[in-house]
Amino acid sequence: MSTAVNRAINPIKSSFHWAHRNLFRSPIDSVITLTLCAFITWFIPPLFDWFILQATFTGEGNEQCVNDGACWIFVREFLPQFIFGFYPEESRWRLVTAVIIVIAFIGIRIVFKKKVHKFFTLTLIVSYPIIAFILLYGGVFGLAVIETHQWGGLFLTLVIATVGIAGAFPLGVALALGRQSNLPVIRAFCRLFIELWRGVPLITVLFMASVMLPLFLPQGLDIDKLLRVLICIMLFASAYLAEVIRGGLQSIPSGQQEAATALGLNYWHTMRYVVLPQALQNVIPGIVNTFIGLFKDTTLVLIVGLFDFLGIVQAAATNPQWLGHAIEGYIFAAFIFWCFCFSMSRFSLRLEQRSHLKEKPMTQPS
Amino acid sequence: MNTSNNIITFDQVNKWYGDLHVLKDIDLSISKGEKWVICGPSGSGKSTLIRCINKLETYQSGQLQVNAKVPQQVGMLFQQFNLFPHLSVLENCTLAPMRVNGRNQQSAIDIAMHYLTRVNIAEKAHQYPHQLSGGQQQRVALARALAMEPEIMLFDEPTSALDPEMIKEVLDAMMELADSGITMVCVTHEMGFARQVADHVIFMDQGSIIETAQPIDFFDNPQHPRTQKFLKQILPY
Repeated sequence: MSTAVNRAINPIKSSFHWAHRNLFRSPIDSVITLTLCAFITWFIPPLFDWFILQATFTGEGNEQCVNDGACWIFVREFLPQFIFGFYPEESRWRLVTAVIIVIAFIGIRIVFKKKVHKFFTLTLIVSYPIIAFILLYGGVFGLAVIETHQWGGLFLTLVIATVGIAGAFPLGVALALGRQSNLPVIRAFCRLFIELWRGVPLITVLFMASVMLPLFLPQGLDIDKLLRVLICIMLFASAYLAEVIRGGLQSIPSGQQEAATALGLNYWHTMRYVVLPQALQNVIPGIVNTFIGLFKDTTLVLIVGLFDFLGIVQAAATNPQWLGHAIEGYIFAAFIFWCFCFSMSRFSLRLEQRSHLKEKPMTQPS
Repeated sequence: MNTSNNIITFDQVNKWYGDLHVLKDIDLSISKGEKWVICGPSGSGKSTLIRCINKLETYQSGQLQVNAKVPQQVGMLFQQFNLFPHLSVLENCTLAPMRVNGRNQQSAIDIAMHYLTRVNIAEKAHQYPHQLSGGQQQRVALARALAMEPEIMLFDEPTSALDPEMIKEVLDAMMELADSGITMVCVTHEMGFARQVADHVIFMDQGSIIETAQPIDFFDNPQHPRTQKFLKQILPY
């Protein structure tokens, strides 16, 4: 109370007070503060210059970029390609539709909250992969088939990440449960699977999938390259996820399972209604961490010849008419990646807070 | 002894944890509707004994017969309550009736509310376990077990983790339940409860049943020196 009053009476004095308390409390604090100030004044103005003051925002071609700053025309020019890759222009509405369905669904959930019937949600979640596949790949309802080698850009990144996450999650849960199974065979298999996938770099896995696997497959049997990559990323992420979820399972006191068993619940019901909801809530940060890692790892598909978002940016930067703008491209790519990863992290925070409202640590007398 | 009326029969049951012999030649016949209290020092095997009844523990030799569906018709109360913290009080009580007994939601809610009312905690139905006191949590746990309409209720030191002023509300609920004719097996050190409710009291030590008696004889005229010593220690005044 009194500080608020002070500040109102004498703002200069109180801000001086604040600075003294927070920035110059000890000699070491002062040195750190001054160093950081020097660093900021040395570093920020040139950056600001490059990004905005000296940058070129309008114009048509590379020739317009005569200033020393960034050439944002480059990004603007290639933006459709960054997003859609080599997907035929006349069919891009299909991708937009697929995204709009998701956004509309989320919108409905936010606006109507609990009024949205479970059945509706479930139907959409189950049918969406099919809808999305038809929209993206085509081949039915008069939609032209668009082969996966034409897929690319941010769209491809999102496809890989979404399919990877959607597939890795159930698989990770199954593996985590399997590792704690009473049956030695299942336990050993899950352990082997997890150790195998965790022990190999993703690049190796992708390389095996795209180059080596076709050599072993019988003649004539050709699995789509993107599909192979998707499966690999899914399995790879599931191994990491399984270990995170196992940590969650271990955090649940054995009394929970005993109480469920004593009530007559079988193993699956015990897991589904008692153990997993709590275990998953406890490891939300770890799960989202794995998903963010997976999202960024999608950029590795470049080495097997798929042009994800970063790959397209890189390709555009080598366009002879636009040479010298790789930095703008990379910064843009970094920014977009950051936006997605940051949203995921915020989403995880919200999930956590929501669960903490319900479940505080049990107050048990010891 | 009339064996046809027995609901729980232990016949030479033995259990080992590795080299540790935790149950030694347990013989015990409990008739339908009887209330039994088991007491004894910690580590004497009393919890293990009742956990065998609802198959939370296995045993290595002997025979144990329970004339009820195990574990559905055998309810249990734990020292640490073990409520499901992510579910509301009502959801705690409807989960098993819906998933195990196949009741629909409305009928599960009806039976849950019936027993929550019976243990005087219906007004907390929509709260979460962490919002309740220990005594309230244990009463919810009782309602949760009763919602399965069990034939047998097992109590594993249900008041040991409670603050003293909350013990009575749980014991009251248990006494009220005892009047209903259900079979009860209680591991407890609440000797007042044992005196008032129990038909038989068992004293266990080091995995063996040392003494079985009616409460009056057990408290006023214990036979075995170890029972006498134990009672002297827990009832010093």
